[in-house]
Amino acid sequence: MSRDLTIAVPRGALFHGTLDLLDRLGVDTSEVRSNERKLLFAEAGIVTMRPSDVPTYVEHGSADIGVTGKDVLLEQSQRRVYELLDLGYGHCRMVVAAREGGDPIGDALRRLGRVRIATKYPRVAAAHFAETGRQAEIVEVKGSVELAPLTGLVDGIVDLTATGRTLEENHLRVVEEIGVCTARLIANPVAHKLKGEQIDRIVEGIRIS
Amino acid sequence: MTHPIPPGTRDVLPEEMRELRAICDRMRDRFEESGYGEIHTPALEYEEVLRRGEEHAAGARYRTFDEQGDVLALRSDMTIPIARVVATRYRGVEPPLRFCYFARAWRAAERGVGEPREFLQGGLELIGVPGAEGDAEVVALTIAALDEAGLRRHRIGVGDGSLYGSLLASLEVPADRHLPLLECLSRRDLVGLEMSASALGLGEREQELLVRLPELRGGREVLERAAAPARDAVEGLRALHELLEERGVADRVIFDLGLVRELGYYTGAVFEVYDPAVGFALGGGGRYDELIGRFGRDLPACGLALDVQRVHLAQAAEEALG
Repeated sequence: MSRDLTIAVPRGALFHGTLDLLDRLGVDTSEVRSNERKLLFAEAGIVTMRPSDVPTYVEHGSADIGVTGKDVLLEQSQRRVYELLDLGYGHCRMVVAAREGGDPIGDALRRLGRVRIATKYPRVAAAHFAETGRQAEIVEVKGSVELAPLTGLVDGIVDLTATGRTLEENHLRVVEEIGVCTARLIANPVAHKLKGEQIDRIVEGIRIS
Repeated sequence: MTHPIPPGTRDVLPEEMRELRAICDRMRDRFEESGYGEIHTPALEYEEVLRRGEEHAAGARYRTFDEQGDVLALRSDMTIPIARVVATRYRGVEPPLRFCYFARAWRAAERGVGEPREFLQGGLELIGVPGAEGDAEVVALTIAALDEAGLRRHRIGVGDGSLYGSLLASLEVPADRHLPLLECLSRRDLVGLEMSASALGLGEREQELLVRLPELRGGREVLERAAAPARDAVEGLRALHELLEERGVADRVIFDLGLVRELGYYTGAVFEVYDPAVGFALGGGGRYDELIGRFGRDLPACGLALDVQRVHLAQAAEEALG
């Protein structure tokens, strides 16, 4: 692969899947794997960051292409980035969950006319409840969303779940599925034109592998 | 104590102003040299008149009332006002007409932080020269004006706004099913495009064509690689390529068969301007053969507008490279 392409690689759940993918494309990721704290790997053309920052760097062209979750792209739908490929890994579901037993969301809607929902995805949550014709008050939280219904802060949550184990351990159950999210390859619109050949080579490489 | 200004607006102080003015002056000289006289129109127009040009008044978002209760809107571009001028002030004048402008325009800052609400546009409009000939003049002159402004590596992406629609029609996709695909295409959500295409129930080859065509971009070879149903549609782009070659700027152009522009009035070729130093397009435009007709004078036209502040960003980066 050509080094004049800068790739934004998400740390966290998609990190190793993304590095494996880059290995298959012939990028040397050994330095990235062995160095937890370093962020910029000029030699390999890699910058690492949290997944929700990837669209920002790619939109501004500080990275030409990047990998992030569809959940991030849904939440940041205003970003002008091109979505090139569904990479298949990092499979998760965006769900509405509530406490086990009873129907706290239905009860709140029936008796109070609205439901309170905690989430790290306020736009996705608001859009989902609006589309299904229900009034929702969205409470944005930054940390563990599972805590919010347990303390009575909210009636339910909108969150991403891979195995459902965290939900289960906190006595929450999935009541609706909003959608499936996987890792996506995104590109800066200008780089997509000016570095078209290099980007196409990567897209083809991924399609084949 | 702070005295805020609206997000997306800014104060320009003398040093920046001097540089912006130098860029505008150099581009204006180049435009004037080619016969494009500078014109200015009111910032405020009757909303109803702007809407005659385009349903959404090309995205004008700021409205107010005058003392008669008429709705006034701050213009969001110069193309509609110039179409109005051509149909009124130049009613009896034989085309072609050539205009340039350096003017502020306003749009809503819908995407939040960093998006300009007020911006300075420098652009040109060529009225009465149809097809590839007019397109080539606008593209070549834009490249030359940016050379004058101090840019070195700028390129122009060229596509055809009607290409994908005519491809869908030629594959006999019913018109009411075009919209989801065109929406995915305008966002370049190629994953969504593939999903929408596979929902159409077409054969594998047709589906492949719908997904792969928007990925085609590059030099003239791209026009050859377009599959048979799209080949007629790229005929115009091929003619444009020949004319650009004659003008010696063909290598500055990237054909992009997936390029669409958001504004509703484009009817043919569409353009976007890029520089590797800036992650956003510096500007764009295209052919709008029906717009002036809506004001009562049926004339083909083509134009392009640059965001001067972004041109400045690119010029500063170019200067830093030495």
